[in-house]
Amino acid sequence: MSELNNPQSKPKLKETEQGKWGLVVDQDLCTGCQACVVACAMENNIPFVGEEDAAYGRAMHWIRIERFWEGEYLEVKSTPFQPVMCQQCGAAPCEPVCPVFASVHSESEQVNSQVYNRCVGTRYCANNCPYVARTFNWRDYTRPEPLNNQLNPDVTVRRRGVMEKCTFCIQRIRKVEDKAKSEVREVADGEVQPACVQACPANALIFGRVDDPESNVSRASFSGRAVELLEELGTKPRVTYLKGGSEYARNA
Amino acid sequence: MPAMHNTTEQHEIEHLRQEHLMLDPRPRGEMNSMVMDAMLTTSWKFWVVFAVLSVVVAICLFYTWGYLIAEGTGVAGLTNPVYWGIFLVNTVFWIGISHAGTFVSALLRVFKAEYRRPFTRAAELMTTFGLAQAALSVFMHMGRVWLSYWLFPYPNERALWPNFHSPLSWDFLAINTYLLGSTMYLFMPLIPDLAMARDRSTGWRKTFYRILSLGFRGTEGEWTHLRAAMNIFAFAILPVMFSVHTIVSWDFAAAMRPGWNSTIFGPYFVVGALHSGIAAVAMVLVVIRSTVKNMKYFLRAEHFGALGMLMLIVSMGWAYFFFNDYMVQWYGGNKFTDALLHFHEKGPTDWMWFAMLILNVAIPWLTLWSKKIRSSPWALFFIGLGINIGMWFERFIIIPTSLAINFMPFTWRTYKPGVEIPLSIGTLAFFVLLYMAASRLVPLVPVWEVQEGQLAHTLRKVGKETIVSVAEME
Repeated sequence: MSELNNPQSKPKLKETEQGKWGLVVDQDLCTGCQACVVACAMENNIPFVGEEDAAYGRAMHWIRIERFWEGEYLEVKSTPFQPVMCQQCGAAPCEPVCPVFASVHSESEQVNSQVYNRCVGTRYCANNCPYVARTFNWRDYTRPEPLNNQLNPDVTVRRRGVMEKCTFCIQRIRKVEDKAKSEVREVADGEVQPACVQACPANALIFGRVDDPESNVSRASFSGRAVELLEELGTKPRVTYLKGGSEYARNA
Repeated sequence: MPAMHNTTEQHEIEHLRQEHLMLDPRPRGEMNSMVMDAMLTTSWKFWVVFAVLSVVVAICLFYTWGYLIAEGTGVAGLTNPVYWGIFLVNTVFWIGISHAGTFVSALLRVFKAEYRRPFTRAAELMTTFGLAQAALSVFMHMGRVWLSYWLFPYPNERALWPNFHSPLSWDFLAINTYLLGSTMYLFMPLIPDLAMARDRSTGWRKTFYRILSLGFRGTEGEWTHLRAAMNIFAFAILPVMFSVHTIVSWDFAAAMRPGWNSTIFGPYFVVGALHSGIAAVAMVLVVIRSTVKNMKYFLRAEHFGALGMLMLIVSMGWAYFFFNDYMVQWYGGNKFTDALLHFHEKGPTDWMWFAMLILNVAIPWLTLWSKKIRSSPWALFFIGLGINIGMWFERFIIIPTSLAINFMPFTWRTYKPGVEIPLSIGTLAFFVLLYMAASRLVPLVPVWEVQEGQLAHTLRKVGKETIVSVAEME
């Protein structure tokens, strides 16, 4: 285990442990309603950057809905939505490049953690993230009264010059794990729900343990529709996408 | 008949003297006072330029940087996904400039190129001041610059170390090594000249030079030690110089990005650095020659001709690496790389891509082959200026332009600089300001090196031919 103290002792170790938590995104169910984006922002104290900065591309979201068009306008076949968040890679490109160990792999949750206190803002991790999942605090953003009252006390408020990204709502994972421990039982499947999963009205997001073959998330990720984003880069993402259902329906 | 023969020969020797500094010796005392005069004669024009640059540095560099730190990186034009911008363009650019100082000095010293003698100092000063700008630019880039000391491997109670797997850590160590090495390399050949200045000055200057010259008296033993040390440093600094820019290139090449992930980036960046650096040396020498007293004696057409030839060769080297990098990436056919290459030549900054090729390759190739053009200082100045602009464009294309294209087409977005522009002007002004201040404080020409060269060179008559002979002095 001592080797785990070094976050760069790469995928070999991490992947044999087969990580604990994973997410499945069903693109055939996603309606693109953005409820997950809002819920995530509320849960994780993500600041509003203002109109001007948002228009320039600095809007801070840990999850974004990418929308694509299939076919030309008027002949649009479908408008698939692709929610993208940090893929919590097993071999994360963001981790080795950070000069101060602010981007590290957590041992217990097997997710990629960002240590806000340690970050000095070189932004190398964001450049090296093939999913463009990271967001940067370009300024100190204010929360005018009464918005400051809705801050989540379980989540750190970040200041300017610091990188941040999706944590799989690690505070919720911890809360449920602690509760289960005090009740001397295992965490039940579906008991942990990150904010995005909880908010999704279409049930397009499934969260759970990928090391348990019976969990909903494991079963969904064995589906024939399952793909990983940018699989060819070998990042070993912990998020699985389901898509192509309409093709199956057409062929059936 | 013999008299006429003598006149022709006399004429030929006179011509050689005019052309080559090494064959045109002057008495030691006279040359020493020429260099002292050059350092001490300061016209009002100097102070006007100095004052203007000080104001520019105060506003564009220090005030703007304070504003950037207080407000956050948001006042710069950086955005998602262009997380790196002009700050790092400037860093790579200034490290490139600083390369040539050491290159010209150390490599030419190692190979005993005689034409280097009058301008090694001027080139080495560029290294130190250029690196200072590169370091400032890195710190401007950081989101929380007040914590930058965390990149140092210093002992602390939490046993936290920098991450030595990160190319940025390598870069930090490499730049520090280079800064220390090149500063020592600047200082050592300066000692005899500082001693010379000590013996010829009064007042605060006397104290200043006495302290800096470390009590150098010019004994045989002192010279032996100094020569040995300079020789070691000249050889040792060359691999350091290569490593620095190679490691700078790894900041990009080691990343998982289309367009960056190229194995040829190391040598490509080294040659690119020399390309802009040697051009910058030429520019600085032209300015020194036309503004500083007595410099027309030391800096002659032969020196510009030699630098012009170097510029032409390095330009060919750069073109070779550029073509090699581009060709292989294009042939690979990766769809993201393909999109990026098209973005370079047909995107919003396509003019920059073409300007880069014209300024870095076309103009040097079309002009520098001619001895007349490359020996003319102002022609060389403008060709050098073009090369520097072209090389700045090259770095701009590699950093912010290439960052606009990534693996997630939904996030593609371009970059518009903000406070980067005044800060770039500020670093340039600061470089010139430091250089001007140094030109008043240290002898710009290494007198002892020129004198040594002139002692070694003699005109000998072999049969009817007058030839130049160079004695091995070291």
